Amino acid sequence: MTALVSVKALDAFYGDFQALFGIDLELRRGETVAVIGANGAGKSTLLKSLAGLVRNRPDAVQLNGRDIGDAPAASIVKLGLALVPEGRHLFPSLSVEENLLIGGYGDRRRSPWNLRAVYDVFPVLRERRSSDVTILSGGQQQMVAIGRALMSNPSILLCDEISLGLAPIIVEDIYRSIPLIRANGASIVIVEQDVARALRHCDRFYCIQEGRVTLAGRPSEVDQEAVRMAYFGT
Amino acid sequence: MGMGGLDTVLEGVLLGGVYALFAIGLSLIFGIMRLVNLAHGDIVVFAAYMILTATAAAGVSLVVATVVTIVIMFAAGFALQRLVLERVLGDDILPPLLVTFGLSIVVQNGLLLVFGADSRRLQAGAFESSSIALAPGLSVGLAPLIALITAFVVVVLLQVLFYRTALGRAFRATADNPQIAQLMGIDQRNVYALAVGLSLAVSTIAAVTFGIRSNFDPSIGPARLLYAFEAVIIGGLGSLWGTLAGGIVLGLAQTIGGRIDPEWQILAGHLAFLIVLIFRPRGLFPSRRR
Repeated sequence: MTALVSVKALDAFYGDFQALFGIDLELRRGETVAVIGANGAGKSTLLKSLAGLVRNRPDAVQLNGRDIGDAPAASIVKLGLALVPEGRHLFPSLSVEENLLIGGYGDRRRSPWNLRAVYDVFPVLRERRSSDVTILSGGQQQMVAIGRALMSNPSILLCDEISLGLAPIIVEDIYRSIPLIRANGASIVIVEQDVARALRHCDRFYCIQEGRVTLAGRPSEVDQEAVRMAYFGT
Repeated sequence: MGMGGLDTVLEGVLLGGVYALFAIGLSLIFGIMRLVNLAHGDIVVFAAYMILTATAAAGVSLVVATVVTIVIMFAAGFALQRLVLERVLGDDILPPLLVTFGLSIVVQNGLLLVFGADSRRLQAGAFESSSIALAPGLSVGLAPLIALITAFVVVVLLQVLFYRTALGRAFRATADNPQIAQLMGIDQRNVYALAVGLSLAVSTIAAVTFGIRSNFDPSIGPARLLYAFEAVIIGGLGSLWGTLAGGIVLGLAQTIGGRIDPEWQILAGHLAFLIVLIFRPRGLFPSRRR
């Protein structure tokens, strides 16, 4: 099976600081892949590299066999890869509905994801469609951030720490949308600090420590001790 | 004249329309790009000279000259952003400020070289001096009235663009967070170039009303830029309705001050600006962002 996204020997930098060292990773059609690791391991840098917010060597990232390592973010989303950024980063001067609409900027398909489909997954957003996003609860803001990314009708959805700072019961609410997103044809990459949750929701996982992949495989194939070692390095 | 102070108020409001039009282009670029365009005044004067050349030298009618100049200035604004300003925009606010300051000097001296230092005025024919009687003893000039209506229409059209269209959402999203806006498929370079193009197009409309109302010469841009700044700050940064209101406050203050004593005209405008700054430091209609 050919990879939808393949990352080959990716070294990513912020100025002189090297955040990632020779990362290899694959995402196949229909899969959900989790990337786990401690704070500062390089998980967000990896997702930013995929989405074009961190520029790299052209062939370090391929999407459908096409080099996108140095492509600008605005063109990558049009190729079908959308990022739900860490910290949500909604547009404060846009209403809830406008935040969703801006996610579909430049998307002409309007299917399967459009306003109605997003509101069906997150009904509370329909009630608050004209609200200012700054007055929403954290969980509702996260729903807007996910809905906004879905509006571009991505074939690959990257979710960066979507449970961060939210109450466990709200996190469950949000994770319930993942199977639905998969059912609509998207492959998913989840970055998560909550290892147990990440392993529950993925087909395969990669563990990153200090910018290097220290373990990869299927959740059923590895024991907790191996994951703990790969995560903390001790 | 007559009707007590009513004609003074009316005159002030109408003058405010001219100031508002002058300030909208400045407000637009600041609102979307957080860029202070120090060449804005000179760009308006430049547009006035283009219209003057088309009407006086080429014999084209004022309306046709204005429409053609709007199109040219829009394209020039787009190119200015893509070829010049884009290279200096970044986290540091100083480089773009210096570049627009340099542009201001280049435009002033370029105009001086081509047109000389003589003071000019746009000729609007009979329209210029005609007036409408609103009540017995109370009449307003047609040209200033049209300037105010134009300012109002421009703000309404820009509000529709900003709040009812996909491009408008892209403008606002980019103003909020340019990096995240790119994740939405918004090409920041094009959005900024369209914003500068729009600003220069509106500046051309300002050039017509300003050029009919008062004399201009190549060096007058910076002095007029000061009024535009005051209008934008009085109204509240990032709010176009605020800019219109700010222009009117400034026009009213100047007219009323001038009626008390002609020497007070300019000073009264600056005093109104300072008073607003003291009591409403974020302006009369601050934008709801941040």
